[in-house]
Amino acid sequence: MAVEVEIPKENWSNAVVEVTIGATEAEGGTRSKTVTVGGETTLPFLHFEGEIPHPPVVAVEIQDHYPEDWSPLLLETWGDNVLHDPALWAEKAEGCGADLIMLRLRGKDEKGNRTTPEEAVQTVKKVLEATGLPLIVRGPGEAEHDNELLVAVAEAAEGERIVMGLCEDKNYRTIVAAAMAHGHLVISSTPMDVNLSKQLVILITDMRFPIDRILVDPTTGALGYGIEYGYSVMERTRIAGLQGDKMTALPMICFVGEECWRQKELKVNEGVPPAWGDWLIRSINWEAMTATTLIHSGADVVTIRHPKTVEIVKGFIERMMAGN
Amino acid sequence: MPLSALEIYKLLPKTNCKECGFPTCLAFAMRVAAKQVELDACPYISEEAKEKLAAASRPPMRLVTVGVGDNKIEVGNETVLFRHDRTFVHEPGLMIRIKDTQPIKEIEETAAQVDGYYVERVGMKLCLNGVALENASGEVETYLKALKAVQANTDLPLILMAKDPKVMAAALENLGDENPLIYAATKDNWSEMVELAKEYKCPLAVYEADGLDELAGLVQQVEEAGVEEIVLDPGTRGFNDSLNVMTQIRRLALKRNFRLFGYPIITFPGEGTNSIEEETILAGQHIAKYGGFIVLEHFNPAQIYPLLTLRLNIFTDPRVPIQMEPGVYEFGEPTPESPLLTTTNFSLTYFSVAGEIEASGVPSWLLVCDSEGMSVLTAWAAGNFDAERIAKDVKRFGVADKISHRKIIIPGLVAVIMGELEEELGGDWKVLVGPKEAMEIPRYLKEVWE
Repeated sequence: MAVEVEIPKENWSNAVVEVTIGATEAEGGTRSKTVTVGGETTLPFLHFEGEIPHPPVVAVEIQDHYPEDWSPLLLETWGDNVLHDPALWAEKAEGCGADLIMLRLRGKDEKGNRTTPEEAVQTVKKVLEATGLPLIVRGPGEAEHDNELLVAVAEAAEGERIVMGLCEDKNYRTIVAAAMAHGHLVISSTPMDVNLSKQLVILITDMRFPIDRILVDPTTGALGYGIEYGYSVMERTRIAGLQGDKMTALPMICFVGEECWRQKELKVNEGVPPAWGDWLIRSINWEAMTATTLIHSGADVVTIRHPKTVEIVKGFIERMMAGN
Repeated sequence: MPLSALEIYKLLPKTNCKECGFPTCLAFAMRVAAKQVELDACPYISEEAKEKLAAASRPPMRLVTVGVGDNKIEVGNETVLFRHDRTFVHEPGLMIRIKDTQPIKEIEETAAQVDGYYVERVGMKLCLNGVALENASGEVETYLKALKAVQANTDLPLILMAKDPKVMAAALENLGDENPLIYAATKDNWSEMVELAKEYKCPLAVYEADGLDELAGLVQQVEEAGVEEIVLDPGTRGFNDSLNVMTQIRRLALKRNFRLFGYPIITFPGEGTNSIEEETILAGQHIAKYGGFIVLEHFNPAQIYPLLTLRLNIFTDPRVPIQMEPGVYEFGEPTPESPLLTTTNFSLTYFSVAGEIEASGVPSWLLVCDSEGMSVLTAWAAGNFDAERIAKDVKRFGVADKISHRKIIIPGLVAVIMGELEEELGGDWKVLVGPKEAMEIPRYLKEVWE
């Protein structure tokens, strides 16, 4: 004896902007493919009430110099040879199934020498040659140095439609100007607040920067280390966007690998409670679950550090898109 | 949804007798709607009317209790779809499935492991909630044996999983007043399962995988037969179907007041996935998106710990920034020569730092500053953890009286304030820059601090 159930569909009035990263030869670049994210007309994966034209994507993080502060698990899985050579690293990352590569410029080399713009350009060129995937380039995270390096990189990578980050409210003009001049995209980054996020997007677009060349970084914490703050900011942001607020209807990017692998659960195994279980399995679970939970709150791009996590997250995305 | 004045009026005798103290039944109805007077101020109100009013003011989603005593699981009573709209209220139960076809020794071991498992986070003990015992054998004796083995090793709440009502009955006989969840009533066995649920006063799961119309129909039958505590199983076992269907069910309950779906949902993430990692992330999805009871196939700490953490995170009340009381905290009986560290009063920060100081084994003083509940970097950016604030709290809590030296260790992330803080503190105070990450504290205290 069935009872008629009316499936409750929300009437979202606005779609997330579609953003394309990378450029093929036909488009003036040298990427073997481009990646487009966004365009959703509903909350993540609610196929019954809207369109999800583009799946979320996974970027694998590589760095321009040996990441001596990384977890031993990461050092082991990538291998010394690879970790000392960004080109090899990019190649291997592509081989793991990455949709994009995120190159993080550490700011100094193993000996402590400050990275020059020329060195940064060299690295980016090597990486662009070693992989056909679209590229994200992040500066060391210090305003002056970021600007110095990214301006040079923007020029050298003209035509490739790379993503550059991070733009913050204290420092965005130089990076945005460079991105405008050379046809790139930017990451707009604010600390866990819907209104601040909106504000920075407004400031960037006020410079006449096209809205469909912005990825929003809402700032998120790892599982157990603040994930729920980012998660809720993201749900609120995405809902506002779908309800019509154009300055919040942008694809979002989360630096999952970076946030997770700083944490004790993934970095160490000595002296930890037995209840934490196997080090590698819990680390992969930690990174994977942070990524998938944030994808559920609207992340369109997640950056990952462990190849096994890439596999799991991509499998998850596939299943969510295939409707099973 | 509460009844309107007009709806209440329809339930009244409409005689305008004035015995309630109001001139007309309509006037009385308006006061009842405004909650200014109780419905039973009317001496002629029918039982049916009372029921209708009570039903309409019930929460949109039932609270279901499984188990008894301190370990009982309470799930349901949610009022929002998104935690940011208010908060989620009841953490889903995380259970481990045991099959009666497993060797007895294994059953005993798993039950004991589930019972004893816990991890600590932010000063709280996180545990599993119980065992789901499945009658995979189809036999009564095997099931009872397995049940005995489980009960001998844990007092935690149980989910009894059996298709045959005879097996379920035998199991319930042995469980007495433990209040297990009966899984499940189906199209084929619902009337027998309903009788058992009523006899033993247990919550009853309702399984129907043929679509929401069919599920609603089965729930209605079970409700009409007199069962009140129901748990839904729409039979969705994958990532996509469970997300879409569970969202629909929750929306129907909360936004459309569809009472037949006003119940918690039970999920089995292991059934639709091909690896323990997949199961983990599907279970995580169910935690965030509307799962009430989540049954895992394995006991694996490396999987359970992240899931318990996610559950804690998602079900934290977003309106209450968890903060510690500012002040001086002592670790391991510090002396006036012991090191002094300082940090913010955001609870996650505090517990990270406190945990590491404890782990170092070095007796220490920790000045927890009032950063209005913000973490180190956030507080510093907001001006809530700068030289001025720290110096203020050093003074406020009489830190100088507790230590003989004048050295304070600040978090590495705010190294920039070193000079300023020394200035603010004055005298012969020296500011030492500690590590950036809490996990470096033990090494720092042992190697750098003499």
